[in-house]
Amino acid sequence: MAKFNDTQLTEFNRLVSHYPEGKQKSALLPVLHLAQDTFGGWLSTETMDYVAELLHIAPIEVYEVATFYSMYNLKPVGKYMFEVCQTGPCMLNGCDNIIAYITDKLGIKAGETTPDGMFTLKTVECLGACGYAPMMQLGKTYREHLTKEKVDSIIDECRKNAAANN
Amino acid sequence: MSQKLLLDKAHVEGIRTYDVYRREGGYRAVEKAIKMGPEAIVEEVKKSGLRGRGGAGFPAGMKWSFIAKPEGVPRHLVCNADESEPGTFKDRYLMEFLPHLLIEGLIVSSFALGSNATYIYIRGEYAWIVDILEHAIEEARAHNFVGKNILGSGFDCEIYVHRGAGAYICGEETALIESLEGKRGNPRIKPPFPAIQGVWLRPTVVNNVETLAAVVPIINMGGEEYAKIGVGKSTGTKLMSACGNINKPGVYEIDMTISVEEFIYSDEYCGGIPNGKRLKACIPGGSSVPILPANLLLKTAKGETRYMNYESLSDGGFATGSMMGSGGFIVLDEDQCVVKNTYTFARFYRHESCGQCSPCREGTGWMEKLLLRLENGAGKLSDIDLLWDIQRKIEGNTICPLGDAAAWPVAAAIRHFRDEFEWHVFHPDEAVKRNYGLAHYADAIHVPATV
Amino acid sequence: MAEQQLFKVTIDNITIEVPSGTTILNAARKIGGDVAPPAMCYYSKLQGSGGKCRTCLVEVSKGSEKDPRPMPKLVASCRTTVMDGMEVKNITSPKVLDARAGVVEFLLLNHPLDCPICDQAGECHLQDLSYDHGKEGTRYEFQRRTFKKHDIGPYIQLHMTRCILCYRCVYVADQLTNKREHGILDRGDHSEIATMIEKSLENDFIGNVIDVCPVGALTDRTFRFKNRVWFLKPMDAHRNCPTCSGKVTLWNRGDEVFRVTARKDEWGEVESLEDGKPAWICNTCRFDKKHTNDWVIEGPRMINRQSVISAGHYQGNVGLNKPTEIFEAVHSGRHPKVMLDIHSVSEVNKPDIELSLIEGPAHSTDFNSNKD
Repeated sequence: MAKFNDTQLTEFNRLVSHYPEGKQKSALLPVLHLAQDTFGGWLSTETMDYVAELLHIAPIEVYEVATFYSMYNLKPVGKYMFEVCQTGPCMLNGCDNIIAYITDKLGIKAGETTPDGMFTLKTVECLGACGYAPMMQLGKTYREHLTKEKVDSIIDECRKNAAANN
Repeated sequence: MSQKLLLDKAHVEGIRTYDVYRREGGYRAVEKAIKMGPEAIVEEVKKSGLRGRGGAGFPAGMKWSFIAKPEGVPRHLVCNADESEPGTFKDRYLMEFLPHLLIEGLIVSSFALGSNATYIYIRGEYAWIVDILEHAIEEARAHNFVGKNILGSGFDCEIYVHRGAGAYICGEETALIESLEGKRGNPRIKPPFPAIQGVWLRPTVVNNVETLAAVVPIINMGGEEYAKIGVGKSTGTKLMSACGNINKPGVYEIDMTISVEEFIYSDEYCGGIPNGKRLKACIPGGSSVPILPANLLLKTAKGETRYMNYESLSDGGFATGSMMGSGGFIVLDEDQCVVKNTYTFARFYRHESCGQCSPCREGTGWMEKLLLRLENGAGKLSDIDLLWDIQRKIEGNTICPLGDAAAWPVAAAIRHFRDEFEWHVFHPDEAVKRNYGLAHYADAIHVPATV
Repeated sequence: MAEQQLFKVTIDNITIEVPSGTTILNAARKIGGDVAPPAMCYYSKLQGSGGKCRTCLVEVSKGSEKDPRPMPKLVASCRTTVMDGMEVKNITSPKVLDARAGVVEFLLLNHPLDCPICDQAGECHLQDLSYDHGKEGTRYEFQRRTFKKHDIGPYIQLHMTRCILCYRCVYVADQLTNKREHGILDRGDHSEIATMIEKSLENDFIGNVIDVCPVGALTDRTFRFKNRVWFLKPMDAHRNCPTCSGKVTLWNRGDEVFRVTARKDEWGEVESLEDGKPAWICNTCRFDKKHTNDWVIEGPRMINRQSVISAGHYQGNVGLNKPTEIFEAVHSGRHPKVMLDIHSVSEVNKPDIELSLIEGPAHSTDFNSNKD
């Protein structure tokens, strides 16, 4: 089973050290982020059990939390995940067209992953970038003021990055 | 041009770094506060009349004075940076561009409340801001503003950034506390209030980012001076995040004396509506506050000019007014569909309901389904009355305010735009092809002459 | 010890005195009858329970003697403590009745209403709640929510569609067992009780989740589809159990024990023992002791007069005999040909087959005539 390496364990210990003695469960959310980033962008049952073991809590406590928060993926996702906001202000600025465009271009519907495992399209609720709508989250950052051209260039950029890393 | 207290230095090159921030007069409030002592700080904040900027508008000084101080039990200050209300993105702007302003406010407030470990609970999606904040904390630590024995005062304070993971409900203070403890974000049943038993059952104060940042100018200029800005009980300045159909979306600092009309149309702020379109409606304080048609937005029901402050925006109650809320100002132009907008909000609240109490868990989903049906032209006239009844049965009957937040936008949309809902029912074919348009929503309202 | 302060509280115009720290709900239960608000999630023996279902909402029309202002919203009576001089309106408040009817509608919104095939029928709190406080019919016109089936072991059957998310079973696992293995997964209207990975719940005391479940979401698999509760006679019995108090209620038909439950009080909660601790029972007593000779029978269990279970019971030799054949009696001794005695063509319900001892639900192959 995959485990954290030394760098990740140092980060794990740093996260746990933020909370009082005996309250290490508090580090659960940040640690799950770390685990998700480390083990392929999603949380398998094994990963969650490993986190439970590290934090000395029951596995069910981890499952309960992991299923509650929308940022944890419980199924494998593509290498690049387009999380397009579709709430009020983004809708007023035409996010529907952006979603339709991505759907067309990549041939996947919201919640699906391209067969090559490269892209996942996900519709999400308000990400706090209403003034820069329409927008999406890609990895750690936001891509804002989306247009069809911008979406094209983002897809190209992802493909290039993926090719460069292989 | 109105006075700026928070964003006055936002455009200074390199203000994100400690050196520039310090050179521009940063961290003076910490130096002053340490000399003042905790009680005097709380007193100043009380005098300033500062109201919580997270949405509820509760006086911050009063909230601070409620904190229990049992012997030997640590107390905590938690900064609520789980900004997730649709339409609101002001805290993000503050943290991204002025991280040291928040850190400075946090140290002063922690000192006032006696919190040696202070947490910033930031929404998980703001991942890159975590790095910005942690970097700023390290810079502040290098200059002895964070850590042990701050400026030789004997006061220790650590600031930690805790990243959430995608849940609007964690903006509710007890849900935030649960989440900080590594649990599901289920709001707690109050009492006990966080001021008595908060995180790890210790006395806790939870404040919004903007509230804590506003402590800095209050200490610098004094509570009384701060209270002179603004009007009535709306003291100081307020950050507004403007979005929707406007020329210049963004975050603006206002001193709460300008009119709504000026805010929308002046070039200093939103810059009017693009493409020469007309104003149809506006949600002035984030998705959960009531939507108002153009006529009631610009003028109150009494025919008076409506201003951008707590009192004026809520003039007329829910019947003809709205709320300041968290300052998420969403503008709809004449081409927008109120039914669809309401539907996206209902979907949002269904998605974000924690599912703990039954009216919210079941009611939000039901409203979403009915609104989708109406939007798609498959609704019935009785659906509108049903929606009204559902929202009425959710409002006030839930554990936390999310129930109210889900009910109000639906109620207000039906209250002011009922004919648009009915048009969807009577013209189902047209409703899927085009929008209802401006109709009479900008017409002047007849005001009966006062005797 | 200092004398405990007594607070005067008036609920629906009835005034009583209760110790400080008592909740409105428990004060109302002291008065009893209709004044006691219904409670679907609160369980006095489970710490931290309550506040979630919102059926017990009441109106506080006067906060206290010191601060007579009314409370702005309806409050959950199970989690609000009384103040001296407080005035509460429950059934005398139209606002409360309206809100409660709303809550009942919400709780039933996604409930499958499969009472005819539900083992809980007859002792279901949601049924009682709907009859007492609900309105007829539903205004919901959409598909009801369903869930993927989870297997949680040989003893307990989980029917997530019936669940009202009261969290009681989670508190049971937290407070009665040393390691909780099930919990609430997902959020909002998709929240569910589950174990995440298929897992059987096997702790010695986990069977108590069946007793605390207000609906038919968690039922006894050893009793599943065996009999209707109103055909059974509840008898108090005990045995010398090394794990628990061994004080139970047996549910018999004739001398056959169909199921074993904890003893429940008038609020549907597990009774307390002499030492004040709740009489939770262990899995052995609940699932494995299904013979009358395992038990010392004490006598008939008192059942609420309004309950369907109490109808037509306790005549003659309580619980020891099979019910009398009523066929002839209802037909004044006639034997109409059209009303066939099913025993002549089927073995279903034949007296000599002990349904309670068959593994799982009875199938046609359990009967001799269908065997090769």
